[in-house]
Amino acid sequence: MSDRFEPVIIGFTCNWCSYRAADAAGMGRMKYPPNIRLIRLMCSGRIDPTFVLKALAEGADGVLISGCHPGDCHYLEQNYKALRRHRLLQRTLAQLGIEPERVRLTWASAAEGAQLAETMTAFVEEVRALGPLAWPARPRPAAVAELHEAAAEATP
Amino acid sequence: MKPKFAMYWAASCGGCEIAVLNTDAKVLDLDAHFDVAFWPAAMDAKYRDVEAMADGSLLVTLFNGGIRTEENEHMARLLRRKSQVLVAFGACATEGGIPGLANLSSLESAMDAAYAGPSTVNPGDTRPVTAWQAPEGELRLPRLEPVLRTLDQVVPVDYYMPGCPPEAHQIAAVVDLLVQVVEGKASLPPPGSVIGAGDSTVCDECPRERNVKNITRLARVQEMVAIDPRVCLLEQGLLCSGPATRSGCRARCPQVSAPCIGCYGAAPGALDQGARLMAALASVMAGKEPEAVDRVLDGIPDPAGTFYRFGLAHSLLRSGTAAWKAEA
Repeated sequence: MSDRFEPVIIGFTCNWCSYRAADAAGMGRMKYPPNIRLIRLMCSGRIDPTFVLKALAEGADGVLISGCHPGDCHYLEQNYKALRRHRLLQRTLAQLGIEPERVRLTWASAAEGAQLAETMTAFVEEVRALGPLAWPARPRPAAVAELHEAAAEATP
Repeated sequence: MKPKFAMYWAASCGGCEIAVLNTDAKVLDLDAHFDVAFWPAAMDAKYRDVEAMADGSLLVTLFNGGIRTEENEHMARLLRRKSQVLVAFGACATEGGIPGLANLSSLESAMDAAYAGPSTVNPGDTRPVTAWQAPEGELRLPRLEPVLRTLDQVVPVDYYMPGCPPEAHQIAAVVDLLVQVVEGKASLPPPGSVIGAGDSTVCDECPRERNVKNITRLARVQEMVAIDPRVCLLEQGLLCSGPATRSGCRARCPQVSAPCIGCYGAAPGALDQGARLMAALASVMAGKEPEAVDRVLDGIPDPAGTFYRFGLAHSLLRSGTAAWKAEA
């Protein structure tokens, strides 16, 4: 094992183009780094900035969003929505002190397994160069319910 | 003997206290049914009086303000121990509020802004210190923490009551509920509930007409030549937080052509108010190419401050890197 930094990257792919591209890459025995964990959604337009922020807050160093090419969306125009959300989120992240390059948007058709594998490989290297995000693990609002139960038990 | 009531302010502006007094005669109901045991803004009492109370002897404490100093944290823990019901009251205690925006900056730069900023005249560069030797003895000020935390990030909270400040009619309804609970005519909602607010979004309470949106330009209210009093403000290019914000205020701001600024916190089901607002805004914007999208987005000079005006401290990331690096 080498000491080099292995980033954790969450990849959101749409069901119709990008996930199939990733599948095609696998079936074609093309390699891409295991740093990227793919999550399939029906459409890139389903990606709420909440998903990206949650990933970053809980340990991801980068997030890749992949949808169908402009004009090719299975749901007609939802990838444009993904584009707008991505650019808006990048501006907000920059203000929070997070490098906007940690969240990348790309397009991949079902036939572009090789291109997607290449993009993913390049992205892993870019995030590796940026270094760990290492967002601090703090008690999350979800943990508050547990605190509450503990307090209720402690109260006679 | 009447049950005991307390209200406390931590990192806050005092507006929540005014809001309670703004319920007019309702505050007399509070006094009629409760023994006001501790309320620094309204009556004289010392911290040591609270420390001397038996644990759980306060029936209800309304706690407003975020947790920014060691004194705030001490009082949050103390009042949690002494209270049977602890209510995070107002935007700062529930979501961080305006003081939570300082989580975008390091403590040093926040202090510089306050004591050496362009709006400050401070020729000797006088700064606060945590200890000072005076002829009468040592004087102490509480230490500032690197970030502002919400009340539930410090102690368990029973109920959340949002708003900056909570609306008078909502406070009155909560006072009525407390009185009914004391009289045995009603029971408290499940712990962790949001009280004194609606269960939908501000848009649902807003009477403005809504059409299909395709926003091509965003402007701030002072840049608008005219505002149509009937049509949705977002449609007119004013960034309104209504779609991501919890109802309960009767849409007071949009009704007078001021866009919602999001003070009632995240809409029900939204994990992160800013993210929800970004999602909503991007859905109704024009632009299919990066350049066109950027032209619309250039109309938002301060995205983090706009989307997280009240909710930064309670957001998924909770602060900017400048603040958390100092904390770590």
